[in-house]
Amino acid sequence: MAVASISISETPLVLYTLRRADDALILGHRLSEWCGHAPMLEEDMALANMGLDLLGQARELYSYAARVEGNGNDEDKLAYLRDVRQYRNLLLVEQPNRDFAHTMVRQFFYAVFADLYWRAMMRSKDATLAAIAAKSEKESAYHVRHASEWILRLGDGTEESHVRAQDAIDGLWAFTGEMFDVDDGERALIDSAVAIDPAGLRPQWLKTVSAIVNEATLVLPKDGWMQQGGRSGRHSEHLGHLLSELQSMQRTFPGATW
Amino acid sequence: MVTATFDETKLRQRAWDVVAEVVDPEIPVLTIADLGVLRDVALSDGRVEVTITPTYSGCPAMNMITLEIELALEREGFRNSRVRTVLSPAWTTDWMSEDGRRKLREYGIAPPQRARSRRALFGVEQVACPQCGSANTEVLSEFGSTSCKALWRCKACREPFDYFKCH
Repeated sequence: MAVASISISETPLVLYTLRRADDALILGHRLSEWCGHAPMLEEDMALANMGLDLLGQARELYSYAARVEGNGNDEDKLAYLRDVRQYRNLLLVEQPNRDFAHTMVRQFFYAVFADLYWRAMMRSKDATLAAIAAKSEKESAYHVRHASEWILRLGDGTEESHVRAQDAIDGLWAFTGEMFDVDDGERALIDSAVAIDPAGLRPQWLKTVSAIVNEATLVLPKDGWMQQGGRSGRHSEHLGHLLSELQSMQRTFPGATW
Repeated sequence: MVTATFDETKLRQRAWDVVAEVVDPEIPVLTIADLGVLRDVALSDGRVEVTITPTYSGCPAMNMITLEIELALEREGFRNSRVRTVLSPAWTTDWMSEDGRRKLREYGIAPPQRARSRRALFGVEQVACPQCGSANTEVLSEFGSTSCKALWRCKACREPFDYFKCH
């Protein structure tokens, strides 16, 4: 017997925190899908480790969102008992792993952004978000280095790895614009210095990403139309499948613990 | 009043000593005091309140450490203790004690370096082999058997070893 989804009072701060929590949880889950399948043991451990970092960040963010909301929800309910339309993560992070190049390019685009984002958020007027940022930026620095090294290896590696890396860049590029979008609720949080304006991070993001991509003998697509929707709950078909796996235990056996 | 304050100081010290002996379940040679995970032990209304901070956001050892703290206090007669986790200020490997660094090395794990190159995009860290002391080492993977460790190899003695990452 499946259990019903919870409802959330989405104040701007709750929604803002949930969006970041969802990014971390969904990307962390994607990385965990490689566990036992990565091309080599060291990489298997690296992907699982980064997935764990992201899961840790998600837990802190969900717990905070639940406290701010004050309706008796907690981190588990927010992760396990929201339906796909209630998830507010970036479309980028829900994209399937496909081949290793796709996983690494997705990781690279997100990690370079997250690293800049968390460093900037350490100055948030919200003490909890600033504390979560200070923890997360230490981890994201490792994630950027790891992904960057792989982009170089794949792009400037064999003909096959080059083609696959370029294919991944071309395929995922349209999902990068959403990282820098802001809606009205977030604008108010930015004005009160609780949040930072992600648009301000884009020049540095593009600089870092371009430098690595060029060195890897790959090319970035020209800026064009960017896909949106994740932040308002309109997702690609992939997220529903991911959630059905992630949530199956709690949906089937509500409240199960071990 | 003076006596009460004195007793309270002694009581707090006893609680600290008990808690400080709790070890990290993943690196059992290190206590949470060695690691810098233990931030504070306070008494309020006769209850012990322990403050700890996680090493890494996703460190699964934190639940275990919380439980171990509560059990250790319970064994020494401190009832209803409370363990609080704080994120700020964020934990850093610079808080690891000298004693902790020595114990790590003896255990076969290279201790974290103080002068950090964490922000360098491509690693330039020099880590001495905890087995033979050689500086002729190379990184195999920045992600090891736990969140806090990287996997290295010594090119002199050919032994792989764990390195406690700078954070």
